Amino acid sequence: MKILFGITLFFYFLSMVKYFSYLAIRRKMLFIIATVSISTGFIFHTALLVARSMATGHGPYATTFEYYSFFSWVLVLVYLIAEIRYKIKDLGSFVIPIAFISLAYAFFLSRYTSDTAPVVQFWLTIHRTLSFIGYAALALTFGVGIMYIIQESQLKSRHPGTFYHRLPSLEILDDINRKAVDIGFPLITLGFISGIIWARQRDGFFSLDFKRTILMVITWSTYGTLFFGRIIAGWRGRKAARFVVYGFMVVIIAYMVHIY
Amino acid sequence: MNLIILGVNHKTAPVEIREKLAFSEKHLEETFSALHNYPELKEKVILSTCNRVEIYARVGNIDEGIKRLKDFIYKYHKINDGELENFFYTYFTEDAIEHLFKVSSSLDSMVVGEPQILGQVKDAYSLAKESRATGMILNQLFEKAFSVAKKVRNETRIAESAVSVSYAAVELAKKIFGDIEGKTIMVIGAGEMSELAARHLLSSGAKGILVSNRTFDKAVELARDLKGSAIRFDSIEDELVRTDIAITSTGAPHFIIKKDMIERVIHKRRNKPIFFIDIAVPRDVEPAINEIENVFLYDIDDLQNVVNVNIKEREKESEKALEIIKKEVGQFLNWIDGLEVVPTIAALREKAEAVRLKELEEAFSKLGSVSDKERLVIDNLTSAIINKLLHEPTVNLKKQIESTDGHWYIKVVRHLFNLE
Repeated sequence: MKILFGITLFFYFLSMVKYFSYLAIRRKMLFIIATVSISTGFIFHTALLVARSMATGHGPYATTFEYYSFFSWVLVLVYLIAEIRYKIKDLGSFVIPIAFISLAYAFFLSRYTSDTAPVVQFWLTIHRTLSFIGYAALALTFGVGIMYIIQESQLKSRHPGTFYHRLPSLEILDDINRKAVDIGFPLITLGFISGIIWARQRDGFFSLDFKRTILMVITWSTYGTLFFGRIIAGWRGRKAARFVVYGFMVVIIAYMVHIY
Repeated sequence: MNLIILGVNHKTAPVEIREKLAFSEKHLEETFSALHNYPELKEKVILSTCNRVEIYARVGNIDEGIKRLKDFIYKYHKINDGELENFFYTYFTEDAIEHLFKVSSSLDSMVVGEPQILGQVKDAYSLAKESRATGMILNQLFEKAFSVAKKVRNETRIAESAVSVSYAAVELAKKIFGDIEGKTIMVIGAGEMSELAARHLLSSGAKGILVSNRTFDKAVELARDLKGSAIRFDSIEDELVRTDIAITSTGAPHFIIKKDMIERVIHKRRNKPIFFIDIAVPRDVEPAINEIENVFLYDIDDLQNVVNVNIKEREKESEKALEIIKKEVGQFLNWIDGLEVVPTIAALREKAEAVRLKELEEAFSKLGSVSDKERLVIDNLTSAIINKLLHEPTVNLKKQIESTDGHWYIKVVRHLFNLE
């Protein structure tokens, strides 16, 4: 399993470097290598998750090592779907680094499983699965949001430069952003609810950790504001892009303090 | 193998000179028949566009060839000998190949990367071919030039960005809206520039066009031309709510589109982006509207600036293109070296001789005792058979190399006899 992990990490790293080089020097070959690398890495990553689940007898949600590894896997999956659907060649430069860092970070984290009661595990599985897919979608919006902000400032400056030519149109970026939030926000909402149920079953009462709750509320209300702002007030463009970038920064901070 | 080019282009000669030297397509037949009077010019192609007049030729001797070409041009255009000497440039062999590759890849054009030149070179070549003015070498050279041009286009961004103001506007619109298809355009003020920009947008798939002008009749007229609908000047604000791209070019001395107006419009549009292209001088659109989110404004100077940046970008890309060309020139030179007919003939004879000697040895060992005289007769007999058999193919091969498909003959011979 160590070997699988190493191979996956290697391919993600290779892919990240190639995406960056493609962004810089525009050789089609680089993009092809990057895409092949990320796909190969993804296959090994899948094998890693399956092998580990078979060895431990539960899904990849029990240890911090597993969270980060699984998050990285879902993000690559989401990226590959977006890549096939939208064919934006530079998206990789903005998304794959997040997947790589997440997986590399997992390396330093605990791999030991603590036993939990089966019924608790059911809600834990629901909670983790929904949350991870939700966060992966939101991580994608982070990458796309940065691209939007760069492209918009290029256009507004009236002196568009290199990035103007390389990044896709505002419309496409805004569209991906909207769809990813439309998927990500409901998922993290359901993730929170199932998390509360899980905690209640484990402890027998509603035990809300203060720090944890605050960060959860901030994250949820950031994306919630955007989600409803889009529907009610027609928010879009730079405003929406800023929301998703700040929103994901909150998510990262929350992860950093290990509360999820 | 001596290739030469004699020519003038926009860098070496002003238009008065270029038009004097131009060859019209109408008289091409007689032009080529005049050229055929110069047997030293074994193959030739004439490229005559508004920016360049060039003759490509394969000759036996370079100096002699240049002399003949000049002689031809002076006589044909009835110019005094040596009068325009300073405007001409010449290229030989390797430089000539490189020059043709540069021309067809649009590196030598006035606007680097412009797409027309490749078509012009193709036309020039096929006209020469039809007039039987080309042979194996120039055929191969021009075919190669076309594939090099394609490669340059695919592997560099030399032709990627817009280098005219109206195309720059379309390109910007695409970066904002992704797709022009289904977008609504408004033209405020009837003018040539705004009409041109509108037409570009329409051909990119824009859905409809609204035309507004201070005099309504003019608006109706332009709307009819563009297959759009005319709107009253005082309903601009209302109509902007459903407009995605607005092109303004009125002669008004003050701003027609003001910030507070667009703030109201964008609110009604629920923040759907809107792109203003202001090509009027003095300007029609208050510059401050660019500060509003989801509103984009480019005036004529901004567009010109985009064009200038793109031109510079193309020039940078031409360095990459030059690398590609240098490599291809090397490959083409290799090909020329390799196709020499002499080594093919030598190899063919060597092979025949080897077969003969081997068979001879076997025959002698089977015969056992043979007198020296008998030995000599048999030896001579086999030599004579081989020489007679190979004589005609050798002569014909030498002849065919001058023809259009000469290199095919060499290929076929090498293949049939399995020669290295």
